[in-house]
Amino acid sequence: MSTATTTAVTTPVMPARPWLTTAIIFAALLTVPVWLPMLGGYTALAGRVLVLGLAAMSFNLLLGFTGVMSFGHAAYFGLGAYGAGLTLKYIAPSTPLAMVGGVLLGGILGSLFGRLIAQRRGVYFAMVTVAFGQIAFYVTYSWDSLTGGYDGLRGFSRAPLNLGFTTIDITNNSTYFYYFLLFVFAVATGLQALLLASPFGRTLVAIRENERRARFLGIPIERHIWMSFSISCCFTALAGALYALLNNFADPMGLHYSLSGEIVIMTVMGGMRAFWGPLIGAALFVVLQDYISSMTVNWMSFVGLIFVLVVLFFPRGLLGMLQKGTEK
Amino acid sequence: MLQLVLYNVTNGLIIGAFYVLMALGLSLILNLSNVINFAHGNFLALGGYIAFVLTPFLGYWGALIVSPLITALFGFAIERLMIRRVYSRDPVYSLLLTFGLAFIMQDACRYIWGPSGLQTSIPDILSAPLSADLFFITWYRIFMVALVIAAVSGLFAFLRFTRVGIRIRAGTLDLDTVSILGVNVGMLRSLNFAVGSLLAGLAGVLAAGQVGLNPNMGDDLLMPSFIAIIVGGVGSLTGTLCGGLLIGVAGALTTVFWPAASEAVIYVIMLVVLILRPRGLMGQEGMMS
Repeated sequence: MSTATTTAVTTPVMPARPWLTTAIIFAALLTVPVWLPMLGGYTALAGRVLVLGLAAMSFNLLLGFTGVMSFGHAAYFGLGAYGAGLTLKYIAPSTPLAMVGGVLLGGILGSLFGRLIAQRRGVYFAMVTVAFGQIAFYVTYSWDSLTGGYDGLRGFSRAPLNLGFTTIDITNNSTYFYYFLLFVFAVATGLQALLLASPFGRTLVAIRENERRARFLGIPIERHIWMSFSISCCFTALAGALYALLNNFADPMGLHYSLSGEIVIMTVMGGMRAFWGPLIGAALFVVLQDYISSMTVNWMSFVGLIFVLVVLFFPRGLLGMLQKGTEK
Repeated sequence: MLQLVLYNVTNGLIIGAFYVLMALGLSLILNLSNVINFAHGNFLALGGYIAFVLTPFLGYWGALIVSPLITALFGFAIERLMIRRVYSRDPVYSLLLTFGLAFIMQDACRYIWGPSGLQTSIPDILSAPLSADLFFITWYRIFMVALVIAAVSGLFAFLRFTRVGIRIRAGTLDLDTVSILGVNVGMLRSLNFAVGSLLAGLAGVLAAGQVGLNPNMGDDLLMPSFIAIIVGGVGSLTGTLCGGLLIGVAGALTTVFWPAASEAVIYVIMLVVLILRPRGLMGQEGMMS
């Protein structure tokens, strides 16, 4: 059954040798604290890559695997960050609880909104999601007393992990925190891979490939798109919560639509039809942005240029091109 | 109180007029080419800056006419060089392209004309107030509103009575058939993009006289323009017109009673419309899906 489905769709869900790619990626990620300082990088940069990579991969559940174009995912990322920050600040100094708080805030709001827009497609879906993203931005920005407004939410910090038998100090030790991020990242992406391999995930790909035919087969399209949107929002909010933990800070610009655009470009740059594509794209984008903004004040032009060049000349993305090469 | 309400209604109409000019251009491009032009606010800024450069040579009135035309030409060139390449692809590419373009154009304006705001001058005859009682209404505001009305009427006449306009409307409904009937669809889309840019450029010149110039002056107008389109109904230019005026006036009226919510109210209107009438006030059934 699963082989039949894989040959039926034009591009496979997983690359030709999924385990090899996955092994290489995790080997590279696990050894980051060893090799990154040698290249002149710092561990927080790797943390950013993991967090934004998770956001982009979560976003890609929609774009790459359901074929629906959201342009407002920064909202759920930012809501996740604020959810985590507010939980730490006002409810309890617990890192896992903060993650739950972030996922609930972003996931519930995303799910409610997804209900409203599930029957829209294409650019109209994009436009409505952008506008909703700006509501979240606007509310966070103006609700000064709760969110800190323009200055962002401060005054919280991640708490050490208490596992019962031992306590892991992720507060001060950045290497421990990196491995904590990696652990959450691995669990989240593992869940995503399971989801995509499940009948539900296959149905989403079927909707992407031919919505009308899927509808004729009796698949409730709107409900599937809604569920896919909600799941994608939950994972994106998780990434946002991790981002707040990484910086001990939640920034209103984290909800702005320019970040939504960056999440999309990371996804496309890495390859939206490849499972790990968005992670590769996030790594490329974060490193390029870090480098460019340290070199010139006109970094916006260069970031814009990346967008234009990727769209015009590398639309398949890095992994997309590699994948195409191995298939031949 | 009455004066306060009147003051804010005038303000709202003027802001609404800007939303309308922006949103009509966006809507034209969206309807025919299925592209959301994220750089539309930057075309507005460009129009304002070009007028600023031209004013010493052509005077205010000359710049007012020439600057939107140059903006239109620029839009035409951008469409020919870049945007047309992504029509046949997934909509994500056109979004990313105009998004990147917006970054580049904003940074270019900042690089050329500096990050801080520039003041522009308007003729003395326009800056005088209407009367002592109506001190808040300057002739410039009347002039702006009149010009926007003229531009919008001109656009609707263009779409109704000229050959290109009729083809644009036909293409909005069924581009394939228009193409089969022998119309050069590529050129039609370029012209349509140019008309959209023209409106943005005109809005830019007018806005410069009201609030001055800065590189991101169009950004604040972009999101309300999206909302004007969603509220009015995708596919209907009349809807976009009404949507723009509605949210402009609603935002300004809210300022009277609850200043903090003046911006939030337009989002509330959008949500209410999405819940109660998903296709928008004047949108056709199925246009949004």
